[in-house]
Amino acid sequence: MTRKQKKNLIRIIISVPLLIAALVLRHVLRLPSWAEVLLFMPAYMTVGIDILIKAFKNIINGQVFDENLLMSIATIGAFAIGEYPEAAAVMLLYQIGELFQSIAVGRSRRSIAALMDIRPDHANVLRGTEECVSPDEVDIGEIIIIRSGERIPLDGVIIEGSTTLDTAALTGESMPRECGEGENVISGTVNIGSVIKVRTTSRYENSTVARILELVENASSKKAVTENFITKFARFYTPTVVISAMLLAVIPPLLFGAEWTEWIRRALIFLIVSCPCALVISVPLTFFCGMGGASKSGILVKGSTFIEALAHTETIVFDKTGTLTSGSFNVSAVHTNGMTEAELLDIAALAESFSNHPIAQSIVRAHSGHISPERVSDVKELAGFGISALIDGSRIFAGSEKLMESIGVIPICHDGCAECCSGTCVHIASESSYLGHILISDEIKRGSHEAIERLRSMGIRTVMLTGDSQAVGTAVGSALGIDDIHSELLPNDKVDMVESMLDTHEKRRLVFVGDGINDAPALGRADVGIAMGALGSDAAIEAADVVLTDDDPAKIPTAVNIAKRTMRIVWQNIVFALAIKLAVLVLGALGYADMWISVFADVGVSVLAILNAVRAARRI
Amino acid sequence: MKKTFALEDLDCANCAAKMEAGIKKLDGVRDASVSFITQKMTIDADDGADFDALMKKVVKLCKKVEPDCVIKL
Repeated sequence: MTRKQKKNLIRIIISVPLLIAALVLRHVLRLPSWAEVLLFMPAYMTVGIDILIKAFKNIINGQVFDENLLMSIATIGAFAIGEYPEAAAVMLLYQIGELFQSIAVGRSRRSIAALMDIRPDHANVLRGTEECVSPDEVDIGEIIIIRSGERIPLDGVIIEGSTTLDTAALTGESMPRECGEGENVISGTVNIGSVIKVRTTSRYENSTVARILELVENASSKKAVTENFITKFARFYTPTVVISAMLLAVIPPLLFGAEWTEWIRRALIFLIVSCPCALVISVPLTFFCGMGGASKSGILVKGSTFIEALAHTETIVFDKTGTLTSGSFNVSAVHTNGMTEAELLDIAALAESFSNHPIAQSIVRAHSGHISPERVSDVKELAGFGISALIDGSRIFAGSEKLMESIGVIPICHDGCAECCSGTCVHIASESSYLGHILISDEIKRGSHEAIERLRSMGIRTVMLTGDSQAVGTAVGSALGIDDIHSELLPNDKVDMVESMLDTHEKRRLVFVGDGINDAPALGRADVGIAMGALGSDAAIEAADVVLTDDDPAKIPTAVNIAKRTMRIVWQNIVFALAIKLAVLVLGALGYADMWISVFADVGVSVLAILNAVRAARRI
Repeated sequence: MKKTFALEDLDCANCAAKMEAGIKKLDGVRDASVSFITQKMTIDADDGADFDALMKKVVKLCKKVEPDCVIKL
């Protein structure tokens, strides 16, 4: 408990016996009414003095519809009409409710903050001797030592030792990861094995952990429509209820000669339930807990608006490579047309050696010998088609079937290979003749099957976009059971496809999932862009609305489920709070409710709504 | 220029919403958010604006809405 909460608790503890004593005395002694006021004053003032002071300050500052002022008017009004015990009790119950509310919010806030407590507090850096410094004082290329139980402060490469890392805080993956010399380690994970030495590859502000923290901390700025609606609603709700209270107090006695005290009492009930707090606190809190719960599973959501959108997912568009398939390509066969396999691979590797494309990289990897860059000149990358380069002075083309078509060379296959139709194929040709082709295979990720199956059972349409040939696209797509497959797309075709699929209907959302490397435009264009395994790519983290910390597609149905549950709880709270308040308003107007019930409708409902909101943080 | 401030003793969610609405109306403020849940205030001001002067206005405004709340500058 904070100091303020403790202080309030003590005041409540003092006030309870004072109120009981006053009630007993009132029963035993027959006092005149001025003495009864004095009797209940100590209990009332002990809990209510600060509310009265705040209310007074607020009048001066022109804040008329402030809850302190409304509570003050309600209780002073109760005194005025002779309901002394009610006046003191309402103030006491109100303070108890506020205290509960403050503790419940504080607790859920802390539990979610603890969840995101991945900030490393120190780094042991080797500078001659070992020094313990703050992570942001370490430069790139310095050597840091991480012992068992310590958090890795900066991204880097292990240069000595091997260990086991606990990545749960980042990825939600409970299986520890084995890491050896030469492997990359990610900041924010915890070393649970033996001592390792790591050479840093980034400064703290660019490290994975700093980027995740930034993303999570800024998450609250993009608010959901429901959240904004509640804020607006609150602005109208309070004045409406207060004005109705005034009318209720004045009209029946004036027009129909009804009894003043009775109608004022009914009006005071209105004032007590006029605070929209249950909604104003619980709705944002539910979204916050939903986002916290998602991050527990390695799903980082950039704002509540995306939770809302995800809950209304109708179509999910997947990029193929790196998203549904592992994206780690391997050369599976080399088929030549005249030259030896080694010669063809040599030419291909030289041509591709300047490209960052994963397929190009796989060919370079498959080449066993040394690649001398001086043999290559005038490299032209033809986006979506392939590459052309001068190798030892003669022009070489390497790329798709379309590229071969465009230079007028017809691919020939001596081996009659069936694989040509099912894998990615890089054709190689000189200006005049066909030289052969290299087959590249790409594995479907383990989680992809589960992801597509679960999405289907949820009634969500799945679409796959790929730049690969139709044969490859269909093979992967039908193996997974994807509804729509579009292949042979150039990078900008993907954006156009996403745009054409966007539905203007508010409740049908389109989600695009990519690995983020060249999907930034499509990620930005979709209603919700999900980047997976994107910890390495700044552009993807920028463009995406949801970031998956690992690259498991099975997280996507989980994200949709979390979003749906969060929205369910949001609506439960809205309906519950409004229904109770409305019921009390109606009962109060008709004279069936008393002040005790109205306090419950105010703070009691808030506390229940908060407790319900916290459920959104639970793991699915 | 975007800055984030921690808030102490922000006890009322409705007040947070009022502060946010008030700050957004101040001159030189492009966007603002006051989060009751994270107890944080983010202010995005025009680049030319005098931030210190702006913050004085913000503090005054918040004091009006919720006298207990302290902005940690």
